[in-house]
Amino acid sequence: MAGAVTDAETTSFLSRAYREHGARIHAALVRRVHDLELAEDALQDASVAALEQWKDERPRDPAAWLVRAAFHKAVDRIRRSRLDATKRAEIEALEEAFDPELSFDPLAEDDRLRLMFLCCHPALPFESQVALTLRTVSCLTTVEIARAFMLPEATMAQRLVRAKQKIRDARIPFRTPDLDETGERIDAVLAVVYLVFGEGYAATGGAALVRDDLCTEALRLARLLVDLVPSSGPAAGLRALLLLTDARRAARVDPAGDLVLLEDQDRSLWNREATARGLAEVERAIHLGPSRHPYTLQAAIAALHARAPSPAETDWRQIVSLYGLLREASPSPVVDMNHAVAVAMVDGARSGLALLDAIGAEGELDGEHLFHAARADLLRREGNLAEARQAYERAAARATNEPERRFLARRIRELG
Amino acid sequence: MQYLLMIYAEESAWGTLSEAEQGKIMSDYGAFTKSIIESKHLVGGNRLQDVSSATTVRVRDGRTTKTHGPFAETREQLGGYYLVEAKDLDEACALAARIPGARHGSVEVRPVASM
Repeated sequence: MAGAVTDAETTSFLSRAYREHGARIHAALVRRVHDLELAEDALQDASVAALEQWKDERPRDPAAWLVRAAFHKAVDRIRRSRLDATKRAEIEALEEAFDPELSFDPLAEDDRLRLMFLCCHPALPFESQVALTLRTVSCLTTVEIARAFMLPEATMAQRLVRAKQKIRDARIPFRTPDLDETGERIDAVLAVVYLVFGEGYAATGGAALVRDDLCTEALRLARLLVDLVPSSGPAAGLRALLLLTDARRAARVDPAGDLVLLEDQDRSLWNREATARGLAEVERAIHLGPSRHPYTLQAAIAALHARAPSPAETDWRQIVSLYGLLREASPSPVVDMNHAVAVAMVDGARSGLALLDAIGAEGELDGEHLFHAARADLLRREGNLAEARQAYERAAARATNEPERRFLARRIRELG
Repeated sequence: MQYLLMIYAEESAWGTLSEAEQGKIMSDYGAFTKSIIESKHLVGGNRLQDVSSATTVRVRDGRTTKTHGPFAETREQLGGYYLVEAKDLDEACALAARIPGARHGSVEVRPVASM
């Protein structure tokens, strides 16, 4: 290496290696040491060593270097902490299994999938699955994850530690599930990715409506899953849904940071490339099947919006029938609500309101600002301004993020 | 690694079953137990008598108290257990899912701590 390398350059070289290969590095290590916490600690040791040694010479394959170094640090850690005979045997077995020529082969790709299945194992609480996936597969820091979910860092750290301990103590395996359980297990991984995106796209709290970091991460995870399990229709469906929804990101917030509804969005701001990829992915999802999987149905609905050059040209009839299928595939009051809104676009606000009021009578959505906002909107279109105002006020009282509150306040002002 | 598979069910439900139904469950248990002996998963296991036969013991300040009944009153009661050897949690859960009681009650899977 010619010339001196600054610390800053080395640091950025290291963080680029993590950004590009983090999931593979974690996965390769976990396969070898069977302990997420140990893998993480050892990786930290290896990073410290990298910052020192890479100043003189940078490795050609930094990811493989890190895995190798971290593996030896892990063995050191075991050696230092436990010294009884069984542990010594464990170390010997580990060292024997270690391949010094280690680099990333096609098999290592499977490791990332195993890592995702491990993080989203049904024996872990759902919230821990989400945190662990972001920590281990996405390589976000504990601080970043805590911030994303508006939780104190200590709480998030403890959640991660408990999950890693359960994996180790109950011996949750690092493996690809059997064929007969693959569908169910993929659904669990998809649910985590869906939640990460949902939290990014409509942040439940804070100053910003959209949290780009989480949206981007969810898209990366969805892409990874599609690459790793190309035969999965639901994975393609989820990726399509995220691409098509995310394509509208720039149009969804105005320059002041305020919310812009779908019907008012400047469609020229929609990301054409992402839309095109999303539309192709929907086709693939339908082709792979099941075509009535909830993610594929939601993606098909998003595709109809994406194909409409203007709100007036939207195929609402088709959207109503897709919501009908979605109500069967994954019944929930939120789906009922979206169905009611679509019905209002086809049969008029009055029909939509009748459906919304029936849902409202069940009471499950009373805490949801979106329900009251949808109702307010239909009341306004009906010309029932007094009730519309009340409904907007109920929505405003329940909204938790700033842009949504401002949007609702503006609607109330507009009603006079 | 050893796992304790604890079988919980509503004890009172047993009495409402016909003799034929009870016989079917018992023979299912017999077949399951035989199969995990053959597959070398079984370490031990027993059916327990009803919770009405339970006594809970506590020692406080050197004094032993014995109270009638189980430690906690719950809707489902511990009715039996298997101690099995499995390579990981997935294998243990797969065994748990084959226990006849899992079809109407529930089976808690707990790894045994190494001493």
